[in-house]
Amino acid sequence: MHDILDIARWQFGIVTIYHFFFVPLTIGLSLIIAMMETIWLVTKTQEWLRLTKFFAKLFLINIAMGVVTGIVQEFQFGMNWSDYSRFVGDIFGAPLAVEALLAFFLESTFIGLWIFGWDKLPRWMHVGCLWIVHLGTLFSSWFILAANSWMQHPVGYSYNKATGRAELNDFWAVMFNKVQLGAFPHVIAAAYMTGAAFVIGVSAWLYVRKQADRGLYRQGMRLGAWVLALSGIVVVISGDVQGKIMTDVQPMKMAAAEALWTTSDTHAPFSLFTIGTRDGQHKKWALEVPGLLSFLATGHFDQKVQGIDDLRAEYKQEYGSDPGAEYYAPGDYTPIIPVTYWSFRWMMGLGAVGAVIAFLLLWLTRKGRAPTGRWFSWAAILSPIFVLLANSVGWLFTEMGRQPWVVFGLMTTRNAVSPGVSTTDAWISIIALCLIYAVLAVVELWLLVLFIKKGADAFVEPPDPRWRDHDEDPDRPLTFAY
Amino acid sequence: MELSTVWFCLIAVLWMGYFVLEGFDFGVGMLLPVLARDERERRVLINTIGPVWDGNEVWVITAGGATFAAFPEWYATLFSGFYLPLLFILLALIVRGVAFEFRHQRPGITWAGWWDRAVIVGSFVPALLWGVAFANLVRGVPIDADKNYTGSLWTLLNPVGLLGGLMTLTLFITHGAMFVALKTDGDIRHRARALAVRVGAVAAVLAVAFLVWAQLHTGNAGSFVLFAVAAVSLLAGLFAALKGREGWAFLGTFVTIALAVAGLFVALFPDVMPSTTEGGVTLTTTNASATHYTLTVMTIIAAIFTPAVLAYQAWTYWVFRKRIAVHHIPTEELEQEGDRADIGVEPDPGHVIS
Repeated sequence: MHDILDIARWQFGIVTIYHFFFVPLTIGLSLIIAMMETIWLVTKTQEWLRLTKFFAKLFLINIAMGVVTGIVQEFQFGMNWSDYSRFVGDIFGAPLAVEALLAFFLESTFIGLWIFGWDKLPRWMHVGCLWIVHLGTLFSSWFILAANSWMQHPVGYSYNKATGRAELNDFWAVMFNKVQLGAFPHVIAAAYMTGAAFVIGVSAWLYVRKQADRGLYRQGMRLGAWVLALSGIVVVISGDVQGKIMTDVQPMKMAAAEALWTTSDTHAPFSLFTIGTRDGQHKKWALEVPGLLSFLATGHFDQKVQGIDDLRAEYKQEYGSDPGAEYYAPGDYTPIIPVTYWSFRWMMGLGAVGAVIAFLLLWLTRKGRAPTGRWFSWAAILSPIFVLLANSVGWLFTEMGRQPWVVFGLMTTRNAVSPGVSTTDAWISIIALCLIYAVLAVVELWLLVLFIKKGADAFVEPPDPRWRDHDEDPDRPLTFAY
Repeated sequence: MELSTVWFCLIAVLWMGYFVLEGFDFGVGMLLPVLARDERERRVLINTIGPVWDGNEVWVITAGGATFAAFPEWYATLFSGFYLPLLFILLALIVRGVAFEFRHQRPGITWAGWWDRAVIVGSFVPALLWGVAFANLVRGVPIDADKNYTGSLWTLLNPVGLLGGLMTLTLFITHGAMFVALKTDGDIRHRARALAVRVGAVAAVLAVAFLVWAQLHTGNAGSFVLFAVAAVSLLAGLFAALKGREGWAFLGTFVTIALAVAGLFVALFPDVMPSTTEGGVTLTTTNASATHYTLTVMTIIAAIFTPAVLAYQAWTYWVFRKRIAVHHIPTEELEQEGDRADIGVEPDPGHVIS
């Protein structure tokens, strides 16, 4: 790697996937913990407050990592991808700015109120703060996914030859891009799956080991399993919708997902598993479901699906030169096929296994019963790991499948990097970030394991500050302090 | 007024907001080893900013996002140009942010000590480097005809840049000490006030030197007035601190920082990033800006949501308005698991006096 392009791409991939470990956890856990606290307020059952406080501790460790790794995301567009920023800033900058104004202020302010507000806010207002945080995460997802969807399928813009950039002419088209409308429910439901799987894994682990608190962790497990099962269904449906939109706007990505080189006849099969050459050009053996690719791509089992070779010829015709210059060598317009092929399968496979665990768990714990063997906790702890990795490979597929474009049809990734940044600087950046991220990952995991092993604290009645009279005893220690 | 001018003003406001808010929490972070005498005092300091530092930091994210949206060329040139200083700021903000959350997770002075170092360094680096960056923005940097920065890290570390850095560093320490004096009770409150006056005197000298340079370099009547009021309010703030009027003292440094930043933007206008290169491109509010349509959309959104943001952020400060003293710090878990000698569980007589 002596090219700034390679370094910048690796950095973007690494820090984004790392950041996106914490994002779905934060979105999902903020929902589930808000549910727990609300149930406590309504039912006054002590267990729900204990669960709230227990998961809050794990949640806050995560959210800190999500916040700090998020700043890198915003800065690196300008730092490593300045030509991209110049080209798309008129369109892409707006959702980022609005995300900060609408979502980040909301999240950061109200999470502070929630963490420190136990003895300052009336109870309903306290849980309200967490619901607002959750709302903030949804706003945030909306705007950042709108920005990403625009890169997959540019809409609401025109290309200005004089300024050499894409310029916004319809903000609402960008906000309600059809790719966005498919991506938002998919990503949010996947985030709910992640939070739920985390709650299941942790609860099941403790359920088996802390006999005195079985009732407590059983509740956590069941809540998590319901959320995981329901959001799993949404992920499947929205993913199916997305596949059809993708076939429409980025047919190459769908062809690359199946490594379909030549356009199929009717009833294109979907291979669950293939043994082939490393470049994905020739298959030796494959386990195939007839007609499934046709269905995923078009909604009909008997439709044709365009292959990579045809699409490449088509793209060459259409994008022979793109706004910028002559960037590509012959043979481009094609993503790295083994990466798209396998990431597509791992995304679906890992996500499916994670969701199946939820249905199994609901079945196993029906009507008061539950297995207590260690195998059970080990199986359950796999669920968050699978679901989290499914999120990562899903993004890997989406972004790698768009290559060589950074903005589909408009700008190639090669043309997007900062021309003025030296490789030395780029190396310093990627190495420093990787080192610091590695250290923090170890600390974070160690803290999580430590607190999970400890389990939920005993019930303590939290203060109940009414709106005016909470300053009765000015010398009382804070309920929560750093 | 041109919409690009409106957005230039709005971005100035975002930076003003960022520096007046995170300025004091950088200051509190750097004062950790200076003001606090034991673990409980360190926790008092950290808890003064605990509920608010994250919200304060969002101001810079919004400033970055707004620059990207309203002046894409400025964002691209600035962020790719000031590459290493911004990287160091990022790394600092990362370790600082997690340190607040991680330091109280384990008992014991060793664990806390490591995260204290992260807070101190993580506050020091941005407090210094933001000043360096802004001084260079006003001074001008080498930018070629393709709008790309052609200098290196060393280009930025010129005398003016360093002076700017030392100014923000000392101003933020003063501002942080004023904040501690306003937000704590007991002995530490009085030490903070005394320290604010001493560091403030140094900050005043550096600030006057830097602002005089800026005024002579590129100033106008507007920036002169703003710089002058900034200097006067710093002196007034220090005087108020001497008199024990902590609210007024904090207001003094608050206004100083806000107006100094405002003055720098006024001095810069209509440029946003002047080039020192012959034949290079100086970025201005006109040639760096987004389209009229984008600016219109952004203006509508900002007009609707900014008041809401200001309202709920102000409300947080009101919720957490109470002063914090050592006896407010919960000690149960520390006494159970920690080393008693390390954590200073002796009650502090200071809070009785005040």
